[in-house]
Amino acid sequence: MNSISQGFWDAWGLILTFDPDLYEIIFLSLQVTVSAVIIASAIGLPLGAWLAVNRFRFRRYAIAILNALMGLPPVVVGLFVYMLLSRAGPLGGFGLLFSPEAMIIAQVIIITPLIASISHQTLRDLWAEYHDLLISMNATRMQRIRALLWDGRRALLTAMLAGFGRAIGEVGAIMIVGGNIDHATRVLTTAIALETGKGNFAFAMGLGLVLIMLAVIINLLIHALGKTERASTW
Amino acid sequence: MVILPLKMQGATAHIRKKRLVGPVDITITADGFTIIMGPNGAGKTTLLRLMHGLQRCSGGLVEWAVPHAKAREKQAYVFQSPIMMRRRVVDSIAYPLRLRGLSASAARATARESAGRFGLEKLLDSWAPMLSGGEKQKLSLARALVIEPDILFLDEPCANLDGRAIREIEAILRDAQAAGTRIVMSTHDMGQARRLAQDVVFMYDGKIHEHTAADAFFTSPTTKEAHAFINGDIVE
Ligand SMILES: Nc1ncnc2c1ncn2[C@@H]1O[C@H](COP(=O)(O)OP(=O)(O)OP(=O)(O)O)[C@@H](O)[C@H]1O
Ligand SMILES: [Mg+2]
Repeated sequence: MNSISQGFWDAWGLILTFDPDLYEIIFLSLQVTVSAVIIASAIGLPLGAWLAVNRFRFRRYAIAILNALMGLPPVVVGLFVYMLLSRAGPLGGFGLLFSPEAMIIAQVIIITPLIASISHQTLRDLWAEYHDLLISMNATRMQRIRALLWDGRRALLTAMLAGFGRAIGEVGAIMIVGGNIDHATRVLTTAIALETGKGNFAFAMGLGLVLIMLAVIINLLIHALGKTERASTW
Repeated sequence: MVILPLKMQGATAHIRKKRLVGPVDITITADGFTIIMGPNGAGKTTLLRLMHGLQRCSGGLVEWAVPHAKAREKQAYVFQSPIMMRRRVVDSIAYPLRLRGLSASAARATARESAGRFGLEKLLDSWAPMLSGGEKQKLSLARALVIEPDILFLDEPCANLDGRAIREIEAILRDAQAAGTRIVMSTHDMGQARRLAQDVVFMYDGKIHEHTAADAFFTSPTTKEAHAFINGDIVE
């Protein structure tokens, strides 16, 4: 019990004194995950909008596949990306394995289906609401998608935040493709795993606290977005 | 470019094998004020949607004087239950102009100007989905008229309005007609029909039972369903 509370206070000490090792890890984590969210959103949001507005033959299957991809175990994604990027793999020539880029690729694969699926659901509902009006007003396909993306912007931001939350807390895939290399690919989650193993509780708990705070902030933001939706302030 | 007349010949609407409306033969000429009446479920909404092209024709013809794509640009439609975009009132009114390529500031300026006519000037910065039922109806009408359409379809636009608002809207519709907009409107309000109609379409069981000049319709309806309807009897 004593060692836990001791670790807790030491952890706050590390955070409040801006311990360089701790902050290097925090910044790398944010860098990797923010990049992954941006890339995944660039793919997932238009994909979600497109699925919401278009009626085509295999739409049902496309959505089913999307939902299945959402449930992919991250470890398996890690394995898959590892094989792609390893020297013998098809993308081995780029030498990306055990780099931040490899971690970004893995996170993009994990959260793109999530972002596409959430945005598809909300935009589909919005489209059901707007359909007659936009058809009546003779809006072109591009104009329809733009109206949905703009009027659904809060929901889309929520989807992005959900993607961020999932990516920042992910450990399995990152560990495999990043390798948890000190000063290179060590991020919050992999560092916690390592430091805990070494019995370095203060440092692990400092990292854990940061991770928890990030999660809380994300959820507060999602909550606040829902509120502005109801109060319609922007 | 005037897109009228609108000609429908044997036009029919089906949903999953079920006939909703038709076959319908009607011509909407360039001048006039047409009121569509009939009991609930008679097919008034479906007929309007068929004319406007929102309901696919399962048989027969719906033809404008110009190709459909061109005709669409000069039509506007006010829905039975208002569809509010998640935008401010001013941006909602401006939206059809934005679709036509106007800049945001020009479209907003026009929207602001026209809002007064609809009693919306104090609500311009309100969020459209938060308006009251009557305010939504007025917004729908303002949004429909902002493009100065050749023809305006209205599906029971006064259903949620108080007497004063009804009078205001009727005045707006008369002005729009005077400015060259053809109006086709459904209503359950017999008084309103008497005040506005030049010709009346009486729908019953998906078919047009009568299409006559308003005076003739109200004084001497030819079918017994129309007769009962005018007398306020329940039409079975
Ligand atoms: N999407 C649909 N699927 C199945 N049936 C429909 C659909 N739309 C309309 N109907 C049916 O078609 C008939 C005509 O409906 P419509 O909405 O045109 O009537 P209406 O005259 O506008 O009635 P109201 O006065 O209640 O608005 C009704 O029997 C209705 O149940
Ligand atoms: Mg109706």
